[in-house]
Amino acid sequence: MLTVRINDTDYQTDVTPDTPLLWVLRDVLGLTGTKFGCGIAECGACTVHVDGKAVRACSLPVGLLNGRPVTTIEGIGSDPLGQAVQMAWMEIDVVQCGYCQPGQIMSAIALLRDNPHPTDADIDAAMSGNICRCGTYLRIRQAIHNAAGLIT
Amino acid sequence: MRPFPLFAAMACMTLAAGQSARAAAADPTDPGLVTRGQYLARLADCEACHTAPGGPSFAGGRAFALPGMGTLYASNITPDAQNGIGAWSDEQFVRAVREGVSPGWKHLYPAMPYQDYARMTPDEVRAIRAYLATVKPVARRPPENKVRFPFSIRAVMIGWNLFNGPASSYPDDPARSAAWNRGRWLVEGPGHCAECHSPRNLTMGVSQSHTYAGAVTAGWMAYNLSSDLHDGLGSWSDDALSAYLTTGHADGHGTAAGPMAEVISYSLRFMTPSDRMAMITYLRSLTPQSSAPSRDASREQASVTLAQGAALFAGACAGCHLTTGAGRQVDFATITGAHSLKDPDGHNLIQVMLEGSRLETDQGAINMPRFGAGYSDQDLADIAAYTLVTLGKTQPAFNENAVRDGRQRSE
Amino acid sequence: MRLPVTAPTSRRHFLTAATGLVVAGLLPRHRAFGRPSEFYQGPLVGETKSPFAPNAYIRIAPSRVAGDSGITLILPNVEMGQGIYTGAVTLIAEELEVEPDQVNLEAAPPDDAYVAADMGTQATGGSTSTIFEWTTLRQAGAAARLMLVQAAAGQWGCPVSDCTTRQGQVFHTPSGRSIAYADLAADAAKLSPPKDIPLKTAKDWTLIGRSRHRLDSRAKVEGQPLFGIDIRVPDMKHATVAACPVMGGTVGGIDRDAALRTPGVHAVLMIDNAVCVVADHYWAAKKGLDALAVTWNEGTNASVDTQRIYRELHDGLSEPKPVVAKSTSDATAAMARAATRYEATYQQPLLAHSPMEPVNCAIHIRPDGADVWVGTQVPMWARDSVADIAGLPKNRVQLHCQYIGGGFGRRLEYEYVTQAAQFAKQVPYPLKIVWSREEDLTLDRFRPAYVDHVRAGLDARGRIESMEFRVIGPAVVARWEPAGLSPDGFDEDLAAAISITPYTWPASRLDYVRREAPGVVTAWWRGVGGTRGLFVVESFIDELALRAGADPVAYRRELIREQPRARVVLDLAAEKSGWGTPLPKGHGRGVAVQFLFGSYLGTVIEVDMTEPAQVRIVHVTVAVDCGQPVNPDQIRAQIEGGMIFGLGTALFNEITLSNGRVQEDNFNLWRIMRMNEAPPVDIHIVASTETPGGIGETGTAAAAPALANAIAAASGRRLRTLPLLPGLESA
Ligand code: FES
Ligand code: FES
Repeated sequence: MLTVRINDTDYQTDVTPDTPLLWVLRDVLGLTGTKFGCGIAECGACTVHVDGKAVRACSLPVGLLNGRPVTTIEGIGSDPLGQAVQMAWMEIDVVQCGYCQPGQIMSAIALLRDNPHPTDADIDAAMSGNICRCGTYLRIRQAIHNAAGLIT
Repeated sequence: MRPFPLFAAMACMTLAAGQSARAAAADPTDPGLVTRGQYLARLADCEACHTAPGGPSFAGGRAFALPGMGTLYASNITPDAQNGIGAWSDEQFVRAVREGVSPGWKHLYPAMPYQDYARMTPDEVRAIRAYLATVKPVARRPPENKVRFPFSIRAVMIGWNLFNGPASSYPDDPARSAAWNRGRWLVEGPGHCAECHSPRNLTMGVSQSHTYAGAVTAGWMAYNLSSDLHDGLGSWSDDALSAYLTTGHADGHGTAAGPMAEVISYSLRFMTPSDRMAMITYLRSLTPQSSAPSRDASREQASVTLAQGAALFAGACAGCHLTTGAGRQVDFATITGAHSLKDPDGHNLIQVMLEGSRLETDQGAINMPRFGAGYSDQDLADIAAYTLVTLGKTQPAFNENAVRDGRQRSE
Repeated sequence: MRLPVTAPTSRRHFLTAATGLVVAGLLPRHRAFGRPSEFYQGPLVGETKSPFAPNAYIRIAPSRVAGDSGITLILPNVEMGQGIYTGAVTLIAEELEVEPDQVNLEAAPPDDAYVAADMGTQATGGSTSTIFEWTTLRQAGAAARLMLVQAAAGQWGCPVSDCTTRQGQVFHTPSGRSIAYADLAADAAKLSPPKDIPLKTAKDWTLIGRSRHRLDSRAKVEGQPLFGIDIRVPDMKHATVAACPVMGGTVGGIDRDAALRTPGVHAVLMIDNAVCVVADHYWAAKKGLDALAVTWNEGTNASVDTQRIYRELHDGLSEPKPVVAKSTSDATAAMARAATRYEATYQQPLLAHSPMEPVNCAIHIRPDGADVWVGTQVPMWARDSVADIAGLPKNRVQLHCQYIGGGFGRRLEYEYVTQAAQFAKQVPYPLKIVWSREEDLTLDRFRPAYVDHVRAGLDARGRIESMEFRVIGPAVVARWEPAGLSPDGFDEDLAAAISITPYTWPASRLDYVRREAPGVVTAWWRGVGGTRGLFVVESFIDELALRAGADPVAYRRELIREQPRARVVLDLAAEKSGWGTPLPKGHGRGVAVQFLFGSYLGTVIEVDMTEPAQVRIVHVTVAVDCGQPVNPDQIRAQIEGGMIFGLGTALFNEITLSNGRVQEDNFNLWRIMRMNEAPPVDIHIVASTETPGGIGETGTAAAAPALANAIAAASGRRLRTLPLLPGLESA
């Protein structure tokens, strides 16, 4: 039995420790906001926070969590920064199909936590690991700037 | 097809079984013997070479491209009587492993490191046999070797053996500790570390004068294992070495990739703690040797190259490694301090980008995807240059041609 | 293992509508944050008596929960990112006089009522949604409003002229009294629909033509379970599949042992050409699949490689008996008398769709019925296929349309639904099948590879007298909807951008040589015929312009002089991009002009090629006339996104085969444009009152030709083969 702490709730699961966190979230616990895109850490759709840092849940065996707390898109709205970023996203309608967006938002929040006023170059460096097939990059960049404005 | 250096691999390129020899297996019902045999088989890393990618364990078929010589296919060493070694006697097996001669007087190509395995006693080899008798038989015949003249005449190997040929188990050195002696046996015997980690002499045997000074095989650099402070393991702590041998990763030293990741996956991580310490004890005693200098003088990288490398790194690499190289989801993705980032020739950096890597751990397989077919030579050279300069503080001595060469090796 | 389930709450009665879709505006700010999603709740249709359902798009019932308007709109086209739900609601709401965020949304079930005439089935694709919905949905809203007003007038005993409507209510102007639509539903249901349905004129619009927020923004930024891949139903098991990696191959044999020993695995299923591992969760299924020993009968396609596909296409250049798809009477004579001729051959690759949501399908087949939860662009076909496999009448199969995490044409195919049904009928429980990204990419149905040959006959002054086009490639429509193939065997889609074009060719001829690619199934892909045709035509026109020493914009302007809308977008794009103004060394600008999907686009791309083997896209300028804009901000979004989609494809993408197997299997080898490669895209919308055109695919079509032309301008190198980057590097 493994205990994982997600969005401030403890869950018990008996999956094998090599099971990536992504599938514990999606299929075992029903937290489907975190998305599956590639399974090889190349697209960022599965981005969640572990100890506040953006990680790829598809490539993190749950056995390596070692008690560190996880925050997912379902829980990030209770964080003021998270809320600001979600607001900024809605304000300029970033989403298209929306499938990549939970991962984009989690990456953006982690960026802003470390760097409250990123430049375009900072944003590009932090966000280029997140693929958006619909091509919403320009709005994502803008939304991050706007969110940075909201949290001054 | 997988490239592999002549003599560096460990595959038992034998032919076929089904000879007239009398079959008499070691008693596979002795659980102690089987367990011991499994441990020895792991120390000798049999599975990695005798398993085709995605294929059944020990059923052979893995291809080894030997430049200038041809392609060898690892043999089936499952107990299948027709295609494997089920029909062999124990003595035939021992002779194949220790002397490179398989039933019917066929001389094995020394991609199978029998000259190292000879340091195992016949009893130890029989234990391996006992274990192999318990694995699932697979009725699958590996492809025929495609070997060019004159290597196609197996008798040539008799001559080779005269120069480089099988050693034999040798006595412990009473002046040294038991741990050292055990470590020597592990490293020189089943571990056959020198096969990759030493330069080759003119007849392609392991260089006796520069043993463990590091060597490049099939594009991968097997690093200097000597105690040299700068080039070798001299600066590694025991803890770091121990962590590396157990998990394939040591903080500040990066993660094993390519062939070394396989060695960790199938072999070293199963070592007992005392064997691990013995191996470290012996490695520490290797005479310091400096590595060969890189091929080209260092060149300054154009700023566009670095900018392009940075951009590509942010997209394709930072998902795991972060832009700082500090690693994201797992420690295995931490590349700061890795030897590969200090190698001006960028051997392993280029090769791992082209081919990817897979490391088995207790938490499942850790994979690095391959990027070869998705990016151009220039792209990968740019990424490598950027990585070396910013994360390794090392000036690269390569350009896109190194990627092209590496690509040819891994095709 | 604990499976946390939040009990259904009353909230769902108005928030979670029939398909699990949620009206964003009504969401409480803090919905159970951080909690697992609820099980899919199933349709409300059965439990709601909607007395007033004047047409297929509107249902109004007395509201039962505070805050619920009782109004449900049924959306005929599926939402896959293009913003069509918001657009459709806008059209209905404009005439019905409700606030868009006041209504509940429901995806249309498979039903004849939603069949778009020119698609032949209920389908979302080809940028046709707004075109189809424009009149239909406004009329639906207007008809319902007339009936509600009449019902109110009846209750008040007043003439209808005393009544006005706004925000979901009818007002009695003299007295100021009002009744909510929901409370008129029962009376309105007794009336017969009006025959004469006047629509508002543009000056009275309050919604159409204004930028509005997307209705699905909030649900998407909160990660709510919207997509097919998010479906959870009680007792559901998770599965993943592997089909024979060589198209047309079959399963030779399997050894289930190791797979069944994998922890969490329940079953290993097999059909003719694929295997499926069922488990507690995807990872267990995936590990089971990795452990499963399968031998394939690969069949004859095992020898196919990319070179063979291209070779067969190029062979079509010398085909003596092409289908003559279009020809003006004087085409041959005009070519014969031309003073000079100029010709070029273009090649375009196989392409995968690779939407971010991998292919998936949740399905439960029982003896007496079936449920399917899936994102599909063709719901009727998908449903019919399940009915067929399950041996059930169609009306026993409920198909619940889900949001799609990117379509791009992938889900105009439904073979994955058929496959899911074949597996699901072997087990009693609901099955959610999720394909790995590797499966999704290598077993996609691909945009075909094409070879095009163009020849221009020019007069003594270099002006075009005649054009000859030869298109060589598959006819997608022949498989997708055989009735769509013309009697002489032409796929009309291939004429897009060639004979349907802003250019007026003095004489022209379009030949078609059908060559189906071996070893792959080909399909529609974003921009369909327009994407491939525009690359050919706009590259060729550019070549002609440069050959004539003319400015590429001026040259085009002359050719499209009879097309005022095309001229406006060309001139506007040129002006806004600073066309003709000096550029830094190594930079160049390329232009393209198009009429596709009922919309006109002018595009200018500036590139930086200071490094000869590399191209940095500096800037993109687009001018668009897509007729009356419904939601300008979403027009911008579609062009931005479509452009980036097209640019990445043009630079990087090519599906290759070796030994019959697709080689690009994940995003490490199948490169997608990323944020730090995406250029700024400026979009200028021309005010227009023409009937709306489609927009979702226009930017994608413009990308490759404008980019190739910019590369030619910057470097002098004309690239006639896509993708572009390998061509730059190989020099
Ligand atoms: S699914 Fe994890 S990065 Fe793509
Ligand atoms: S919004 Fe569709 S993939 Fe990003």
